[in-house]
Amino acid sequence: MRDASPAKTYALHIVVIALLFALNFVLPDYHQGLFARIMALAVFAMGYNLLFGYVGLLSLGHAMFFSAGLYGAGLTVYHLGWGVPEAFLAGIVSGALLALAIGLLALRTSGVAFMIVTMMFAQVFYLLILYFAAWTGGDQGLVIQQASRAIAIGGVSLDLTNPTVRYMGALALFSVVLLITLAIVRSRFGRVLVAIRENEERTKMLGYDTVTSKLIAVITSGAICAASGAAYALLFGYVGSNFASIQYSILPLLWVLLGGAATTLGPLIGTLFMYYVTDITSGFTSAYLLIVGVALILLVLFAPKGIMGSIRERWLGWLP
Amino acid sequence: MHFGPHLLLAALEGLVTSAVLALTALGLSLVFGVMRIVNVAHGEFFMLGAVLAWAISTAISGHPAIGFATALVIAPLLVGLVAFLAEWLVLRRLNYNPESTIVATIGMLYIIQQLALTFYGPEARPVEPPFSYRILLPWFGYSGYKLSVVAASAILLLITWLVLTRTKIGLIMRATQYDRETAQAFGIPVERVYAGVFAIGAMLAAIAAVLIVPISQAHYLMGQDPLLLSFIVVIIGGLGSLRGTVVAAVLIGLSDGIISMFFSPTLAKIIATLVVAMVLVFRPQGLFGTAPR
Repeated sequence: MRDASPAKTYALHIVVIALLFALNFVLPDYHQGLFARIMALAVFAMGYNLLFGYVGLLSLGHAMFFSAGLYGAGLTVYHLGWGVPEAFLAGIVSGALLALAIGLLALRTSGVAFMIVTMMFAQVFYLLILYFAAWTGGDQGLVIQQASRAIAIGGVSLDLTNPTVRYMGALALFSVVLLITLAIVRSRFGRVLVAIRENEERTKMLGYDTVTSKLIAVITSGAICAASGAAYALLFGYVGSNFASIQYSILPLLWVLLGGAATTLGPLIGTLFMYYVTDITSGFTSAYLLIVGVALILLVLFAPKGIMGSIRERWLGWLP
Repeated sequence: MHFGPHLLLAALEGLVTSAVLALTALGLSLVFGVMRIVNVAHGEFFMLGAVLAWAISTAISGHPAIGFATALVIAPLLVGLVAFLAEWLVLRRLNYNPESTIVATIGMLYIIQQLALTFYGPEARPVEPPFSYRILLPWFGYSGYKLSVVAASAILLLITWLVLTRTKIGLIMRATQYDRETAQAFGIPVERVYAGVFAIGAMLAAIAAVLIVPISQAHYLMGQDPLLLSFIVVIIGGLGSLRGTVVAAVLIGLSDGIISMFFSPTLAKIIATLVVAMVLVFRPQGLFGTAPR
């Protein structure tokens, strides 16, 4: 942010999106599917990053926003027979509403208490999913039929189970959210968020309404994470309580830390990197959690700024 | 069984839960109180204690009491050593920054859990109790071992309290808790105190686990519930308050025992977690704690 060069910044992001678009035609089948998944989950990481990276609020409960979107979309398709666009919207709305409620309560605390409170609310959400197993499918989850995962646009039916359509769907969501975060971060509001992270008392003294700003940030973050969850349900056709467990609150933290907190491209890099590390190592060992654990400790010890954060620090000061 | 005896049984079971919970939560509370860090890996130290207890007691032949007694001494020491190393290698280098230490202890949680799964396996394994005496009440027989767990826990809590309030070590710990910098200025080796407290906190969890393992089996995922319950106890009791921790442990343990006998356990957990989250939101100093300085 030292050098406000909008042209350069936007060009970089457009190039990244174009590169991902081109990859669709180059990648082998297996990696095409993996990339679609990574892009959908990178949206989750971007939503998390907005709150953790820019506002400095460490939440340990973002799995509830992701799964609010997941179930908001999945259950409306499964039980009510809604179409894909309506279900997607339902997912985002349920995530935003949940984030509003959680934000109003949890933002009364800060620091360690904020982490524990968000973790506990997420735990309640997870247990509720198990408790209402009759509708949610509990820990077995629900499989959304192929027939209900298609969009009809002017006579053309887009089948989300088709690999290319799925890839493009994930890419579309990823691009929109990437550009939205970029716009937020570069806006006046984004600067206020960073100011809150650096010194909340001073920001308040300068006349900014920090409480409302934080609440808006929580809702935006929750809605983005829910969009990721809704897309995941519709693109991959499965909803399950596993996605609401504490592990899925910690994964976005890991991805963001790895890629670089408070960088727009960090979440993608982190998710991509971690996904491929697990994918490659799972060939040798099933000890996937060991890698996550070691990665977390090494990151926090030796590279607290993450990949993109270090690049920005050393070479490219203008990276957003 | 009639309602009265049924309630008595529930209360006894709750008391056993309370006893183990008080020890585990005390460890978490000590670490939070003195070091001001939240140890997310605390439940894994508990699990490690139970798994080591199984390993030690199966390695030693002869009367089960010998194996159990050895485990009760060796397992907590080993867990304390692991915690000491973790503090020395990781937490110290993070300068005890609250957020970094949480991320680091999450990392430790995953590492310990995965290593337990790899070397111990996914099975739940029992440890034979040191004695199997049954106390015969007019309505039902009750395990004498379970009652001895309550007694052992009470004695340990008393010892901890005495150490904290009546000895020089306790004074040093309290001084460090009160004001780290002034303590350091008065020549207290704060880093060594921190390492010691982190190890003792883990050892308390390990002792609790060894005591409970003859009743509930050792399993690599058994650390999750104690962690959450300990959090609840420490929050309700007031962060860093010993007396509050014990009172809250008895309260939570008893109500857990009684509620889960009459309601669905999932529903009980939902209500308990929600209530505690609300306590933290509206009364951050806990029910018994005083406002933070």
